[in-house]
Amino acid sequence: MRRMSWFNTVSLTLGFAFLYVPMLILVIYSFNESKLVTVWAGFSTKWYGELLQNEAFLNAAWVTLKVAVMSSTIATVLGTMAAYVLVRGGRFMGRTLFSGMIYAPLVMPEVITGLSLLLLFIGIGLDRGVMTIVLAHTTFSMCYVSVVVSSRLVTFDKSLEEAALDLGCSPSEAFRLVTLPIIAPAVISGWLLAFTLSLDDLVIASFTSGPAATTLPIKIYSAVRLGVSPEINALSTLMIAIVTLGVITASLVNKRQMVRQKRDAQAAERG
Amino acid sequence: MMRRFFLISVPYVWLLALFLVPFVIVLKISLSDVELARPPYTPHFDWATGVWAFLSELDFENFTWLAEDDLYWKAYLSSFKIALISTLLTLLVGYPMAYAMARAPSEWRATLMMLVILPFWTSFLIRVYAWMGILSNEGFLNQFLMWTGVISEPLTILNTNTAVYIGIVYTYLPFMILPIYAALERLDESLIEAAEDLGCSRLSAFWLVTIPLSKTGIIAGSFLVFIPVLGEFVIPSLLGGSDTLMIGKVLWEEFFSNRDWPVASAVAVVLLLLLIIPIVLFQRNQQKQQEAEQ
Amino acid sequence: MIQFQNVTKRFGEFTAIDDLTIGIYEKEFFALLGPSGCGKTTMMRMLAGFESPTEGAIYLAGQDMAPVPPNKRATNMMFQSYALFPHLSIWENIAFGLKREAMPKHDIRDRVDEMLRLTRLEKFASRKPHQISGGQRQRVALARSLAKHPKLLLLDEPLGALDKKLRQDTQFELMDIQEKTGTTFVIVTHDQEEAMTVASRVAVMDHGKIIQVSTPDRIYETPNSVYVADFIGEVNIIDGVATPNGPESYALTWQDGQAPLNVTSPHTFSDGQKAHLAIRPEKVTINAEKPTGVDNLVQGKILDIAYLGNISTYHVELPSGAVIKAQSANTRRISRRAFTWEDTVWLSWTATAGVLLAE
Repeated sequence: MRRMSWFNTVSLTLGFAFLYVPMLILVIYSFNESKLVTVWAGFSTKWYGELLQNEAFLNAAWVTLKVAVMSSTIATVLGTMAAYVLVRGGRFMGRTLFSGMIYAPLVMPEVITGLSLLLLFIGIGLDRGVMTIVLAHTTFSMCYVSVVVSSRLVTFDKSLEEAALDLGCSPSEAFRLVTLPIIAPAVISGWLLAFTLSLDDLVIASFTSGPAATTLPIKIYSAVRLGVSPEINALSTLMIAIVTLGVITASLVNKRQMVRQKRDAQAAERG
Repeated sequence: MMRRFFLISVPYVWLLALFLVPFVIVLKISLSDVELARPPYTPHFDWATGVWAFLSELDFENFTWLAEDDLYWKAYLSSFKIALISTLLTLLVGYPMAYAMARAPSEWRATLMMLVILPFWTSFLIRVYAWMGILSNEGFLNQFLMWTGVISEPLTILNTNTAVYIGIVYTYLPFMILPIYAALERLDESLIEAAEDLGCSRLSAFWLVTIPLSKTGIIAGSFLVFIPVLGEFVIPSLLGGSDTLMIGKVLWEEFFSNRDWPVASAVAVVLLLLLIIPIVLFQRNQQKQQEAEQ
Repeated sequence: MIQFQNVTKRFGEFTAIDDLTIGIYEKEFFALLGPSGCGKTTMMRMLAGFESPTEGAIYLAGQDMAPVPPNKRATNMMFQSYALFPHLSIWENIAFGLKREAMPKHDIRDRVDEMLRLTRLEKFASRKPHQISGGQRQRVALARSLAKHPKLLLLDEPLGALDKKLRQDTQFELMDIQEKTGTTFVIVTHDQEEAMTVASRVAVMDHGKIIQVSTPDRIYETPNSVYVADFIGEVNIIDGVATPNGPESYALTWQDGQAPLNVTSPHTFSDGQKAHLAIRPEKVTINAEKPTGVDNLVQGKILDIAYLGNISTYHVELPSGAVIKAQSANTRRISRRAFTWEDTVWLSWTATAGVLLAE
C-alpha cells in the first residue's frame, strides 16, 4: 500500500477539522450548564429538558415533519413520472420547455422561487398555510427527484422492459413489476433527498407560510437572529444526531449489500 | 396512448402552474406601481379591460429606479464580488482536499466521501449558526487566540464580510470537492509518471498534467458554488453585518420590511438575468464533459 | 408459418430492411446470419412486436401481426443480454410469463419445474440471477422464454456472451431442446459456424436484403454469390472469363500463361462472360510430385503455412503472383510433415470442386 504524502495528510486533516470542529463545538456546548453559550459551567442536559417543554418548537417541528412527508411523497411520484418522460418519453410537444422547467429550479435562487410562488398564491387567493408550503416544496424537490431517478433510468437495460412485454405484461404491469422494483433504490434516495430539502428549507417556507403554520427552520431563524442560545444548540445536536445515524446506517446497509453481491458473483463464477 | 398523455401532462401541468406562471406574475408585478393596499401593487390584471389596456399601464419605472438608486447597483456588484471571492477561496480549500482524497488508499475513499457528504445532509441553517458562536467577540475563536497570546484584544469578525466568506466556504465546500474529486479519481496515475519520466519535476507535472485534466471538475465545482451564492440569503443575514450587501438579502428586506412588492419583483428579475450567463456556461461545461465521456 | 411480405423498415433516412419477402416453416430451426448492421436484429424485433414494418406486412399463421402488441403475441424472445429480472429468483423469472396469463398456481409450479428439469437448473431455483454463472443465466433465459409454449421462439445472439467451449456444448443443447419441444426457433447470429451447426435453414443477410436462403450444406457447397461464398468459411475466388466447351462445362481463362481451368456448372454462361470460380481450400489437393489425370493443375511455391492442429492451410504463390489456399488434414505427426516454406508444389482439383458464379 502506498503511503500518503505529508502534504495530503495535512490538507485532509485541516479540511475535515474545518468541516467538523464547528459542529463538534455546537454539540459539546449543548450540554453546558450555563446560559452563556461560550462559557463552560459544567455538564447538564437541562436545555434538552427545556426544549421538550417548549410548545412553540414542538408545534413547529410537527408542522415541518408533516410538510416534509407530504411534499417529498408527492414530489417522488411527480419526479419519477417526469424522469420517465424525459428518459423514455421520446419526442413530444414542448419537450425542451419541460426539461428546462425540470432543471431550472435546481439553480434558481430560493428567494426568487419563494417570491414568485407567494405572488401566485396571493394572486389566486389561496390562504397561506401548510398546504401552500407543501405545494412550494413539492415543486422544487420534484426536480431533484427527477434528476436522481433519471440518472438511474439512463443506465437501465431497456431489454428488461421488453422482456416483460414479451412475456405478456401490459406496459403498466411492466413498469410496476419490473422497472419500479429495479429503480427503487434511486426512487428511495430521491425521496430522502426531497425530505431533507423540505426539512431544511428556510427561505421558500418563509415566503409561502402563513401565520398559522410556522416550520422549524423559520422558528430557528427568528431565534438565532437574536444571538446564540443553548436551547438552539440542543435542538441542533438532536438534528445532527438523527442525520448522522441515518446516513451511517444507510451507508452500512449499502456496503453490506455490495460485499454480499461481490461474494455471490465470485461464488457463481466458481460454479 | 392515454397513459403516455397522462404521464407527460401531470408533471408538465404542475410545473407550468407552479413554476412558469409564478415567473410571469413576478415579471408583471415588476412592471407595476406600488400601492398601499392589499395586494400592494397596481395595475391588477383584468381580462375585461383587455390586454392592451393592461400593457399601456405598465412601466419600467421600477427598473429605472433600480438603475438610479445606487443601493441596488452596489448590492449587485457586491454580491458578484462576494460570490467570486468566495468561489476562489472554496477552490483553494477544496482542491487540496479533493486531491488528497483521490490519492488516498482506495479502501479509505468511501469513508472520506461519506465524511464530505455528511454535512450536506445536516441542516444548512444549523451549520451557519454553528459559526455564530465561534466568530462572535467573546466566541471560541477569540478565546482561543487570546489564550495562545496571538492577540490581546478580541477581533471583530462576526457581522463582517470576513464572516460571510468563512460561512460560504464552510457550507459550500462539499459542492466544490465532489466534482473535482470525481475528475481526479479518474485520472490515470501513470500519466503523471509518464510526465516525470519525460523530465517534468513533480510540481510541473502537477501544473501540466493534473490541473488541465481536472479542469472540468474545477469549472463544475466553481459554478456549483458561484451560482447559488449569488442569490444567497441566510449566510449574509446571519453572519454578515448591516454593511454586507447581497442581493438576496436586499430582495428579502424590500419584500418583508418595506413591503415594496414591485421593487422586490424587479430585483428578482434583474438577479435572474444576471444568473443566466453563468448557468448557460455551466450547462455548456457539463455537456462537453458528457460528450468527452461517451 | 411466418410470412414476410415485401417488408421495408426505415429508421429516419436509414433503411434497415429493404423490401424483404421470406417464409419460415413450422418446427424448423431458422438462422438469420449476417454482419452487424445487416438488419437481422431488426427483423427479429419486428417478429417480437418491438418494431413495426414501415411498409409491407408480417403474417403469423395467416394472421397479420401489425395490430398485435408484443404482450399479446404467441412469440417469445430470448434477449442477447438475457434480460433476467435481477430482483426475482430463477424460479420467479421462469414463472413470470405464466403468472401473466392467470394460470392456476399448481399448473405454474408444474410447468416451471418441468422447465427447470429441461434446462438442468433444479438446484438453482431459489437463487438470484447474479448468483449464477453466465452459462446458467443463458439457460434460465431459455427456460423463461420457452415456459409459455410459444409458437415461435426468437433468439438474439443467444450464445454471444459465452466462451467458445461452453458455446459449442450449448449449441447442441439448443438443438436438443428444439427437437424435444417442437417449437419453431429463429436465431439471429453473426457467427457463421454457430448458424451452420444449429440451424436447419440459414438466411444470409446483407444491407437489409436476404442474399441466400438454404440448408447449411447447400449454402456452403453451392453459394449463389461471391458475398455468400466469402462470408461462409474460407474460399479462393478466381476471376476469369468463361467459354462453353461441352454440356454444362466451361473453360475459364484466368491468368496469362496459365492453362484455362475446367469447370462444370448447371447455370448457363455465355461465351466471354466474366465469371468467378469459388473453390474451398479443402477441395484443393496439394502434392510434391506432379499428379496425373486431374482436371486442373497449377504449380506454385509455398508462401505461408497456418498450422491449426487438425488441418494445415497452405498459402501457395503462383508464378503470376496470385495466391491460392489449399488445406490438408494432418493425419501424420508433425515431425513427418511433407511440406515446408519455399517448397515448390502442385495444386490440383476436379472440375466439380468449385462453383462458377456470375458477376
